[in-house]
Amino acid sequence: MLEITLFYIAATIALAATVLAMTRANAIHALIYLIVSLLAVAVIFFLIGAPFAAALEIVIYAGAIMVLFVFVIMMLNLGEEGDARERGLLQPSIWAGPALLSFLLFAELLYMISTVEGPVSMQAVSAKEVGLALFGPYVLAVEIASMLLLAGLVGSYHLGRRYLEREE
Amino acid sequence: MEGLNIPLNHILLVSSLLFSIGMLGLMIRRNIIFILMSLEVMLNAAALAFVAAGAHWGQPDGQIIFMLILSIAAAEVAVGLGLVLQVQRRFKTLDMDSANRMRG
Amino acid sequence: MAEMVWLVPLIPLLSSVMLMLCSANLPRLLIGLLGVGSVGAAALLTLSIGMDFLADPEPFQLTLWTWMQVSNFSPGIAFYFDGLTLVMMSVITGVGFLIHLFSTEFMEEDASYARYFAYLNMFVAAMLILVMADNLLLLYLGWEGVGVCSYLLVGFWYQNSANGQAARKAFVVTRIGDTAMALGLLLLFTELGTLDIQSMMAVANQQWQVGDTVPLIACLLLLGGAVGKSAQLPLHTWLPDAMAGPTPVSALIHAATMVTAGVYLIARTHDLFLLAPISMMVVALVGLATSLMAAFTALMQSDIKRILAYSTISQIGYMFLALGVGAWAAGIFHLMTHAFFKALLFLGSGAIIHYLHHEHDIFKMGGLRTKMPVTFWSFMIGSAALAALPMTSGFFSKDQILLQAYMMPGAGPWLWLGGLLGALLTAIYSFRLVFVVFFGEAKTEPDGDTGWRMAVPLVMLCGLAMIGGYFIIPVADVFPAVSGEHPAHWVEYVSISVPLIGLLLAYLIFHSRQINMDTLVNSSVGQLLRRFWFGGWGIDWLYDRVFVRPYYLLSGLMKNEPIDAIYGLIVAVNQTFNHWLAEAQTGQMRWYILSMVFGLIVLLTLALQIPLEAL
Repeated sequence: MLEITLFYIAATIALAATVLAMTRANAIHALIYLIVSLLAVAVIFFLIGAPFAAALEIVIYAGAIMVLFVFVIMMLNLGEEGDARERGLLQPSIWAGPALLSFLLFAELLYMISTVEGPVSMQAVSAKEVGLALFGPYVLAVEIASMLLLAGLVGSYHLGRRYLEREE
Repeated sequence: MEGLNIPLNHILLVSSLLFSIGMLGLMIRRNIIFILMSLEVMLNAAALAFVAAGAHWGQPDGQIIFMLILSIAAAEVAVGLGLVLQVQRRFKTLDMDSANRMRG
Repeated sequence: MAEMVWLVPLIPLLSSVMLMLCSANLPRLLIGLLGVGSVGAAALLTLSIGMDFLADPEPFQLTLWTWMQVSNFSPGIAFYFDGLTLVMMSVITGVGFLIHLFSTEFMEEDASYARYFAYLNMFVAAMLILVMADNLLLLYLGWEGVGVCSYLLVGFWYQNSANGQAARKAFVVTRIGDTAMALGLLLLFTELGTLDIQSMMAVANQQWQVGDTVPLIACLLLLGGAVGKSAQLPLHTWLPDAMAGPTPVSALIHAATMVTAGVYLIARTHDLFLLAPISMMVVALVGLATSLMAAFTALMQSDIKRILAYSTISQIGYMFLALGVGAWAAGIFHLMTHAFFKALLFLGSGAIIHYLHHEHDIFKMGGLRTKMPVTFWSFMIGSAALAALPMTSGFFSKDQILLQAYMMPGAGPWLWLGGLLGALLTAIYSFRLVFVVFFGEAKTEPDGDTGWRMAVPLVMLCGLAMIGGYFIIPVADVFPAVSGEHPAHWVEYVSISVPLIGLLLAYLIFHSRQINMDTLVNSSVGQLLRRFWFGGWGIDWLYDRVFVRPYYLLSGLMKNEPIDAIYGLIVAVNQTFNHWLAEAQTGQMRWYILSMVFGLIVLLTLALQIPLEAL
């Protein structure tokens, strides 16, 4: 039963950290909560028998991608006044409508999930199996992912160049 | 790691809750950095659902899709943050409401 | 010699083409030589052909080539030559030559010297084709050709927009008549199967009885064309405005030749008109009404050229009267004499205008008798002939017309009486002109009298206007003889004395002033009549209200393209939808996200309607 207890704890942490991340005015604070949330999800991955995915989640998501965010936020040097404006935005009149929409979506998802039945047991999938499938039937997906990353690389290089600001 | 008795629908419940929260954040925040973060949350929620389903059937496909989502997220963040820099340079703000030149 | 007749229109035509093509490279002397010489050569050629013809008066036909061949319709470029053609050709080339010579001095300082002679030569060529044509289609070609030349020459000084306006008016108004005439030609062809004038007349005489409806319609349509070209009621309004052109043009086109084309047309197709007595009556009435209307109007005008223009309308009215009563030869005779004296008067007025710095108002002239003797005597003789004083050319022709009008059974005496009134008015207004311009005290100083190039045509035309009445025109074979008994002698005496009475009245009113008209003129009725007659009986005003303004109104309406508005509605609906959809593009990213989420929820809700088992 330990795993189940751990799962509920991780799930609670993930949800709480996400809610906090979404409501922070300060970007760095939000980012740290987000990292916590990602780590909690990594725990869930581990618990449901996907250790390889859990490792990737930590290394790439919580590590590389979030570090990128940190870099950019540091570069932009957002001041206290930006935080103040962000706080002002969190008024009920602003989030009431979106919250209703989100709730509707969640309710529908809930309804769909409630119909799911089946065995409660999970089966572990080792990194070896994943690797075999990845370079077997899914080799095309690997190619597509590599092209996507290349496109991302070129795109971010282009957008990051400084001369673009001289076009003004 | 044997004896995993976590019900699938509980994991899916967590996943859809995360997705909804991410979407809510997407809708209420104006700062483009938060918008990107919300997108990450939503992608992560989808990834969780995939991995859970893969584990449920004992198949590697879920994790492979997870890796695809990971690469999409990486590419999206790289381009998105490049755009953030440009937005900051051009509009001197990160408020997306002021970047409305596409008005029809 | 007769085979050379095709050269007569060809020479002026070639000269015109040459002047058009190389006008920039020719010295003025050569332009003058070419312009005058070509018409002179045509005149000489006409003279020699005429001599041959008079020696052996046999009409002949000359087909040069087939113009076109469509089924059984094959009009040729073919000329027909008889006495009537000869008279017309002589007038056109003879008077035309004198007017061309006059023009060399009149237009001396004009920048567009070559253009002027190119148009004038082209006019002579077209007019010759008109009178020589063997079929009505070729005649129509010449008919339209002279119309174009008239348009070009009225608007010759096109830098002044009023002249362009006058040219357009002349063109549009005559076009109405020309359209009627074209319809007449089509009707004649469908009914008779040919447009060759001689065979057409023969077929018509076999096919139709006197009083049939079809010839009546055809004649009225032809009359429409003639009325338009010859400036008769109701299509006369263009001629006074056509005086905007150079004065020699007015002399040649708008007095001597082109405006008499309608008379020629009716005379040429007289067999048709004889088949429709009603149309003859219409011709006579149109002629008489026009003649009186124009005479009254001429009495009131102060512009020297407008007086002569209305006088021309009036005199052509006489010719129509003659045609209407069947006095064909008299009508053509009057056409010829009128060409002489009216050309003389117009050239005289041209000389006055030329040496008086383009002054047109007769009340600003005066006392020119001693200063411009050549012009004075030309005007005296011209006016005498116009007024039909005894022994002048106009006397013989007008006398014939009046007598034969009287001889017409039925309405004859009434037509005669109307003609007499016209003759009286003619004498009054023509001598009013002479007394006002040449007698009295001088008001403007002329630059001198005419040079030889003006004087020679004037003197020669003086001679023609004097002795023209003794010519015997060789048309006896062309027209049927006039029947009816000669009226009593008193009729003739009255006809002779009326112009003299007119002369006396003009003398008493305008020269010695023993009859004072001032009280009559200044009374309210007098003023009203004066204005009414001065404006040409308000016909221009009427046409402006009835045709021109409604037309402008209609075109103003059509300018907004009401039909397009239907399609415009489709556009407007699309644009409205586009506008609404464009409103959705706020440029706000949150708005887009909200829309997407909303759409996602809707789609998901729809998906939930499908039972999971079915997936």
